[in-house]
Amino acid sequence: MGFIVFLVLFPFLTAAILTMTKNNTVRKAVVYTGSAIIICTAIVFSLTALIKGIDSGAKYFGVTHLVHVIDTVMLGIEILLMVLIVYLSIKHKKYYAGLLSVAGTVLIAWLELSGKAASVQNHVYCDKLSVIMCLIIAIVGSLICIYAVGYMVDYHNHHTEFKDRRTFFFPMLFVFLGAMFGLVISSNLIWIYFFWEITSISSFLLIGYTRTKEAIDNSFRALWMNLLGGLGFAGAIVYSTTVLHVTTLQQLVYHPASIITLVPVTLLAFAALTKSAQLPFSKWLLGAMVAPTPTSALLHSATMVKAGVYLLIRLAPAMSGTIAGTMVSLIGGFTFLVASMLAITVSDGKKVLAYSTISNLGLITACAGVGTTETVWAGTLLIMFHAVSKSMMFQAVGAIENATGSRDIEDMHGLIVRLPFLAFVMIIGIAGMFLAPFGMLISKWAALKAFVDAKNILLVLFITFGSATTMLYWTKWLSKILACKAQTRLRRNTTSLGQWFSLAGHATMMVMLCVLLPVLSIKLIEPLLAQLYKIEHVSVLAPEDMVIMVVLLLLIFVIPMVARIIVKKMTFKPNMEYMSGINQGDNRHFVDSFNQPKLMFLSNWYMEDYFGEKKIWKISVAIAAAVIVACIGIVIGNLTGGAI
Amino acid sequence: MMLKTILGMVLYIVFAPFVGGLLAGLDRKITARMQGRIGPPILQPFYDVRKLINKDILLINNMQYLFAWCFVIFVVFTGALFYGGFNILLVFFVLTTAAMFFVLEATTTNSPYSVMGANREMIQMLSYEPMVLLTAVGFYVATAFTTGTGAGTFSVASIISESNIPNIVVLPGVFFGFAFILTIKFRKSPFDLSMSHHAHQEMVKGITTELSGGMMALIEVSHWYENVFLLGVVALFVLCNKWWSIPLAILVCAITYFVEILVDNTSARVKWENMFKHSWIITLIFGVVNIFILQMLS
Repeated sequence: MGFIVFLVLFPFLTAAILTMTKNNTVRKAVVYTGSAIIICTAIVFSLTALIKGIDSGAKYFGVTHLVHVIDTVMLGIEILLMVLIVYLSIKHKKYYAGLLSVAGTVLIAWLELSGKAASVQNHVYCDKLSVIMCLIIAIVGSLICIYAVGYMVDYHNHHTEFKDRRTFFFPMLFVFLGAMFGLVISSNLIWIYFFWEITSISSFLLIGYTRTKEAIDNSFRALWMNLLGGLGFAGAIVYSTTVLHVTTLQQLVYHPASIITLVPVTLLAFAALTKSAQLPFSKWLLGAMVAPTPTSALLHSATMVKAGVYLLIRLAPAMSGTIAGTMVSLIGGFTFLVASMLAITVSDGKKVLAYSTISNLGLITACAGVGTTETVWAGTLLIMFHAVSKSMMFQAVGAIENATGSRDIEDMHGLIVRLPFLAFVMIIGIAGMFLAPFGMLISKWAALKAFVDAKNILLVLFITFGSATTMLYWTKWLSKILACKAQTRLRRNTTSLGQWFSLAGHATMMVMLCVLLPVLSIKLIEPLLAQLYKIEHVSVLAPEDMVIMVVLLLLIFVIPMVARIIVKKMTFKPNMEYMSGINQGDNRHFVDSFNQPKLMFLSNWYMEDYFGEKKIWKISVAIAAAVIVACIGIVIGNLTGGAI
Repeated sequence: MMLKTILGMVLYIVFAPFVGGLLAGLDRKITARMQGRIGPPILQPFYDVRKLINKDILLINNMQYLFAWCFVIFVVFTGALFYGGFNILLVFFVLTTAAMFFVLEATTTNSPYSVMGANREMIQMLSYEPMVLLTAVGFYVATAFTTGTGAGTFSVASIISESNIPNIVVLPGVFFGFAFILTIKFRKSPFDLSMSHHAHQEMVKGITTELSGGMMALIEVSHWYENVFLLGVVALFVLCNKWWSIPLAILVCAITYFVEILVDNTSARVKWENMFKHSWIITLIFGVVNIFILQMLS
């Protein structure tokens, strides 16, 4: 219990210290110590939780004393935040954001002040899923903070046009982490909502960091979409407390299924869809790219978007087989396919990562929506793999941008020669995302099997076609990085020590996750499923498949190494590239029609005529919106039908 | 079970190159006869490979060597897993990984023709990948019928030993879709975009332009391995626990292979757009509809 309180409060404390820190050296010291303390606490907490506490089942912690004070403080902060948003939305003439904020806050305030809220027994809930999430937030999130110190120095050296607002930036990062901890260990719906809104607002503030018009527009887009989700969340709380007399997430999930319980579940699922940037709400995540890279990494990998899928996984047992599950799985599968198609058509590295984030979240969402043990197994694994690899790749792209001045994939041609270490990090990340036998692929396999079992042909369609498009955009990128252009030179690497520490930490985690996958599955995730679904024993992977995967894993590490040794030993005659006899002799130029040397350059394919944003974006948003409206309509229609 | 698995893998690794080479020789003979030529001896592919091995290896850089070896090993591993009777979905995933190494082998050279070939190879992968995965799904759905147990399986060994009738009976659409993308995998016209068997094309030798000597020989042999594996998948559509399914499978493989040669000789290469659109449409119409109907029936 002490650990939990510490984990939630300590980041806020660090944030408070950071607001007062003007000097970069002091800031560095504060961020490093703060991050180290968070990581250590989270590890100790999870170890004690796993060894001692929660093997026999999940633990509720009743926070009897102080509850009233905490509730009042939370309400006060919420109203303050509302005032802030209303002020900002009037200032920037984006009134709709202010309206949404007022609507959500007023609902909750009414509920609390009117005394309709039933007394809550358990405010805090801690099981293996909370532990997994805490570990991800603590380790990945804190490493991003460490990375950010070095990155922001470089960033402001490159972008002198932006005002240096680091005294605001770093506190926000830690506020974010604190809110995420609070979110994953709360059981009380009002508490979850409180932290949920804090993440929405701090992401809004972080996206608008540079205060350019584009940044402000994008930050408001992120805000209104997330506030809309928040409004859904508030609606769910009001409905479940007043009608069902249910105040905690766990009670709601295990409440006997009926058309009445389906209403809050659907509303919560809707909120989660906005948070996880599923279609039609994907645009905010793409817009978030204008922020400095640590923000993108934090929003895209470990925190913000993971809050949505975390909630969906929690809701999975209640959604399985219902109209809410259908909505979530269809939207998720559809987003997986559409976002992976769009990722083919863009060459901005961060944008590809953004689309791939949306796409992968779609897969996790689809898994949660189907809600069988296999899919939730896959979804939980995907959360872990995705958090680590995506955060690593964002940071690598940021470091590449600082070193070369571009984050365009076309400019990463021959990165393996120019910046070999950053290139290796990218390769590990990409391999972890889609190569056999890494986690993504195993999860995809489990998901495919479960979708077939669920007889959902649409989802099978989404996943088979989406796998093909996913493979294309990663292979394209990988081939750019690995192209060895003649006479390319090693570049000076401007990446700082802190950044390296974070990148190396991520790479190590990535490899560890892959190697330890069987252990993770048996020791952590299968017991978690048993707990979530309240059954005795779950076994997802057959032992013989596990054996093949271990063999594959060894192969993928051993083959390149062995081949490397063979290559070292062999001698071959260096050869000129074949250019139809007009190679200038340096492998870079050819003779053009004026008999002049001309530089040869090679580019990737982008297939905009097929998958371009212009072609498929609007129609996809329309389809997704229609699905959501239809499903929510059915849920509410059922209700009135039942009443009549 | 264990013995069968090991036997299957060993037999494949040892004999697949011979079968594949003979098939390639037969292919060239039949092609020649269709074109009114006498054609080379059946063993010509083996002579070619022997000649290639004795030549110098000219490479642009040594990363090529690394990726080419990775490709070879993963192709052999794919086939070995398949003939060992393992999970077919996993087999296809490994196949994709192998294909990816083949692409990397070409792009790492930064040579214009190889890279253009590699780009086209990626489009080919994009075109056939959905159908390949759907084939695995198709077997899973079909075995629920043909085994009579109501439960599907991805295991190649179980698909053969537990099916009471050939799976093709319930999977005609999937079979057609797979045969369609097989033209891409066999690198036959009209879909031999990334690399043709003949070097007199606009792409020179496409994705293999910068490979030579022993390395080229190795790639050639690994394509034989790949072809034998692919014909194995064709056979899987027919094989069941009855003895007569074995000659029938061989017959179906022979017919499929012959039709591929016929298509190769009677059609001109298409643009990539055509290949891509047609493969996806065929996949949707034949593969998806077939599986959908099966799911409805069960």
